[in-house]
Amino acid sequence: MADQKRDTKLLDELEKGPWPSFVKEIKNASKTSPVCDDLLGQLELSYEEKKGHWKHGGIVGVMGYGGGVIGRYSDVPEQFPQVAHFHTMRVNQPSGWFYTSGSLRTLCDIWERHGSGLTNMHGSTGDIVFLGTKTDELEPCFKELGEAGFDLGGSGSCMRTPSACAGMARCEWACYDTLKMCNDVTHQYQDELHRPPFPYKFKFKFSGCPNDCVASIARSDMSVIGTWKDEIQQDDAEVAAYAAAGMDIQNDVCANCPSKCMKWDGKKLSIDNHECVRCMHCINVMPKALRPGKERGATILIGAKAPIVQGALLASVLVPFVPADELMDTLKELVSRVWEFWDEYGKNRERIGELIQRVGMSNFLDAIGLDPIPQMVTAPRDNPYIFFKGEE
Amino acid sequence: MAVTHEALADEMFHMVSEYYGKKNLKAGDLTKAMIAKYGEAECTKDDCKAAIRILMDSGRCVYSYFGGSFITLPHKEGAAPD
Ligand code: SF4
Ligand code: SF4
Repeated sequence: MADQKRDTKLLDELEKGPWPSFVKEIKNASKTSPVCDDLLGQLELSYEEKKGHWKHGGIVGVMGYGGGVIGRYSDVPEQFPQVAHFHTMRVNQPSGWFYTSGSLRTLCDIWERHGSGLTNMHGSTGDIVFLGTKTDELEPCFKELGEAGFDLGGSGSCMRTPSACAGMARCEWACYDTLKMCNDVTHQYQDELHRPPFPYKFKFKFSGCPNDCVASIARSDMSVIGTWKDEIQQDDAEVAAYAAAGMDIQNDVCANCPSKCMKWDGKKLSIDNHECVRCMHCINVMPKALRPGKERGATILIGAKAPIVQGALLASVLVPFVPADELMDTLKELVSRVWEFWDEYGKNRERIGELIQRVGMSNFLDAIGLDPIPQMVTAPRDNPYIFFKGEE
Repeated sequence: MAVTHEALADEMFHMVSEYYGKKNLKAGDLTKAMIAKYGEAECTKDDCKAAIRILMDSGRCVYSYFGGSFITLPHKEGAAPD
């Protein structure tokens, strides 16, 4: 515990303003955690010197696992001995981030016993992130987590912890059970999650509808987004009620439809469902009047990533529609072919999306045994690497 | 099966020991080497996966992360303070 208030005049600047401040939180935690006090000291030094003082630790982990722990050491341990080791543990979050208050207390208690007490809920992959512990505390912490029903998540060149939107548990738009898919995929690929077998990371994210609340289209190597095949369900009485309540249906709904497939004549709303691109706009604006159709399932996409080694990529469609009850089997089949190809041709630290760009989508599709289809093309001439061959 | 998972794990361990300090090996490198040696009929990717698990659970090897995940021998890393 700090006896005296540490001088952190540069960090104090980050407490100003109306937004939450990590400095404020670390200061609060430092009242009971000496680790946090040294953490503040080292951070202040970094701001003074405009230089980071962390060194990467490459081999710390728990027995048998190749992921879940990110090693970190201080390069000024004499000055800040409490953060000489400051490893991060990633804990596999429950699907959809549903907790009881009891389970949150359990997690916090475990982390106060074995680490700094600082957490990040949640990391960008979705994991519960435990910030700052010593090498000797990794195994005891892992053991207690296991006894409480938690496991470590992924890090390194492995399948990263899959994540899902709240889906059917809370949201009426879910077109398939995202929580079940996320849980099933996590269990199905335990080997790939804990023992890194790939050229680089591989992320799954599951969104129940095109609102894509987990940003899977931008942030996951394999993205599964709920959609429907038939017509939008429409309740004309509720459409009329929206109009009577003052909604400008022409401007706020029809004019914003990206495929301009809606018409409002002042009384009746008509949708040309063949032209609908399932964007969810009209449903979000008139949730009582419009709903996704009844024939539900998901689109499977591939290749998105945030900018790390190379620039950001958005996902491309692989399979436009898979019925909800066939989703897991289709995904497993597809994933085995994709991983096989990546394993064979991927370079070290090359994401699947980058490999597809390098070899070309048509070669990739050929290799995994899928035919190109129009849904893979965003707009005419947009994907020049796909050539449709004439019928033989 | 011509080659047991334990025997594959032993072979992989020897390979990692031999390359230690010279070349970083990934799980895929070990798998490809075993399949090349025994042929796909005798040694599948799943056999190699099981062998890697045995190798890791025994503590004879650990994973390292330096711009990619590699399989290596346990050692005290340079970054760790004394
Ligand atoms: S992605 Fe769709 S189904 Fe999932 S929580 Fe968001 S709106 Fe609901
Ligand atoms: S879901 Fe989107 S594309 Fe389809 S009708 Fe509504 S606004 Fe138009």
